[in-house]
Amino acid sequence: MSPAIAHVAAALLPGAADPTTSFPTPHLDYRALLPMLIVGGVATLGVLVEAFVPRGKRGITQTVLALGGLVAAMVAVVSNTSIRNITAEGAISVDGPTLFIQGTVIAVSIGALLLIADRALASDADFAAQAADVPGSAAEQASVRAGFVHTEVFPLAMFAVAGMLLFPAANDLITMFVGLEVLSLPLYLLAGMARRRRLLSQEAALKYFLLGAFSSAFFVYGMALVYGYAGSVKFADIATALSSSTHGDPLIIVGLALLGIALIFKLSGAPFHWWTPDVYQGAPTPITAFMAAGTKIAAFGALMRVLFVAFGGLSWDWRPIIWGVAIVTMVVGAVIGVTQTDVKRLLAYSSIAHAGFLLTAVGGITVGTADSESSVLFYLVAYGFMTIGAFAIVMLVRDADGEANHLSRWVGLGRRSPLIAGIFAFFLLAFAGLPPTSGLWAKVAVFKAAYEGGAAPLVIVGMLASAVTAYYYVRIIVLMFFQEPAVDGPTVLAPTVFTSAAVVIGVAATLVLGIVPQPLLDLAGKAVPFLR
Amino acid sequence: MSPTFYLYLSAILFTIGTLGVLLRRNAIVVFMCIELMLNATNLALVTFSRINGTLDGQVMAFFVMVVAAAEVVVGLAIIVSVFRTRRSASVDDANLLKY
Repeated sequence: MSPAIAHVAAALLPGAADPTTSFPTPHLDYRALLPMLIVGGVATLGVLVEAFVPRGKRGITQTVLALGGLVAAMVAVVSNTSIRNITAEGAISVDGPTLFIQGTVIAVSIGALLLIADRALASDADFAAQAADVPGSAAEQASVRAGFVHTEVFPLAMFAVAGMLLFPAANDLITMFVGLEVLSLPLYLLAGMARRRRLLSQEAALKYFLLGAFSSAFFVYGMALVYGYAGSVKFADIATALSSSTHGDPLIIVGLALLGIALIFKLSGAPFHWWTPDVYQGAPTPITAFMAAGTKIAAFGALMRVLFVAFGGLSWDWRPIIWGVAIVTMVVGAVIGVTQTDVKRLLAYSSIAHAGFLLTAVGGITVGTADSESSVLFYLVAYGFMTIGAFAIVMLVRDADGEANHLSRWVGLGRRSPLIAGIFAFFLLAFAGLPPTSGLWAKVAVFKAAYEGGAAPLVIVGMLASAVTAYYYVRIIVLMFFQEPAVDGPTVLAPTVFTSAAVVIGVAATLVLGIVPQPLLDLAGKAVPFLR
Repeated sequence: MSPTFYLYLSAILFTIGTLGVLLRRNAIVVFMCIELMLNATNLALVTFSRINGTLDGQVMAFFVMVVAAAEVVVGLAIIVSVFRTRRSASVDDANLLKY
């Protein structure tokens, strides 16, 4: 029991502690917490901007504020690299993996925010004028005519980023739960804010919300059972309780299973991946880019911390489960992806397959070895940047009524706009893991870690799944470059400065990591292991 | 009375909530079932708090309540906007996105 609540405990529980116990201030290492404080503070300021800044100036104010906040948070993370500290009464662990993941989340968030800003400020904005208007109603037309724009997307996105920074840093289950909700709740809303195809967008929001809330209910019940077993939800205490007692207590097994369901849901691993294609397709594309990259990065950080730091003593129990989940996830992502005809849905199945590849390294771990942890970290960076870039390109290919997402509309795109199609093809090669992209080294790293950890069967399934996914990526490349374009094909929007910047960041990161991966691999190697 | 009975009750409530989410069709009722699951959790947390002799569980129950309240705000906003569009809150009608 923490001393802070010993005092109350004494009053309520007879004989629990001495009522004269003092009430000490919790120690907070503000420097270590700075990235989270900056992003959370900027999100709160963003709410005030909505209240006090005139409508015409809100868009630009919010953009500057959010981007400035993210850059400041990035500086804070970089200046903190030497910190290895468990702070806030053991609630938050600022260690190497935390800092690495926070840096990655902030970097991809900057890219996603550039896309969000672009599509929120443009004259044909992709976000609803008023999300509360009924689609097709006179009220909606009036809002569009009045030029309303939901600049609330910026503070919402920033709150989600704050959650993504807290989620992998949490060092007890209740903090992790708060981080999970802070990252999820804004995303539920953002998913429903598209201006066009609003029925799809609202449906995506409904599905994401109901299933997300369902999974967080599993998380809290798992947390309650673990609390019942260990008497605490701090990861260190759980690890101690596990090491000092016999295995097989149903409380801890069922508790870990429930926690695992919620975490695997968040990183869209099978069999809890069903929301992913629907939400990715229905949500506005900049938001899809944001959650595809950010949520997965944060969720893998959290999953690894829960499994390695708290439940390392149970690794013989969870390893077979992770093996099974990894295999099913890779197979589902690869096989169902083949039948897709919508580019956003296809990228969703691709993201499911990537979750499976990442899980091979998690399943291959013998707790304490650093290789599998650092390979996952490297993969997350590579995956995050290529995802932002690919969705940025998806945003540019448009019809009269918004994006042209159906693959039949992409036929012959390479003939009409070779540059855009070429960049998209480059990202597809990166997803497939072909040289000269970061995807190759990311796959090599996780498969090597999995193999050395004794998970050779996973590597074999991973290779086969990679081959299947490569088929559908190459199919798109063939369709773009080697088929005649339709007469009434989609127009390719000339990218604005913001979108170009996001695409350039994506291409540059993917290419540079593809040619010289070693510095980042070294950095990831230095970031591990988790602080216990 | 042994506090273990409260754990059984919480497990039963959680199961009812889970089955409700899976079986009911109205989004509002589905959401109420999720709230039931969260409240079953609170009962378990408070009971374990009593069994373990620590107060952490009671503090966590407050956290869960606050998060559940925030979730209600977001969830009802989404469900109401879907209802206004479709004149239906049935989750079976939300079937445009599939396969």
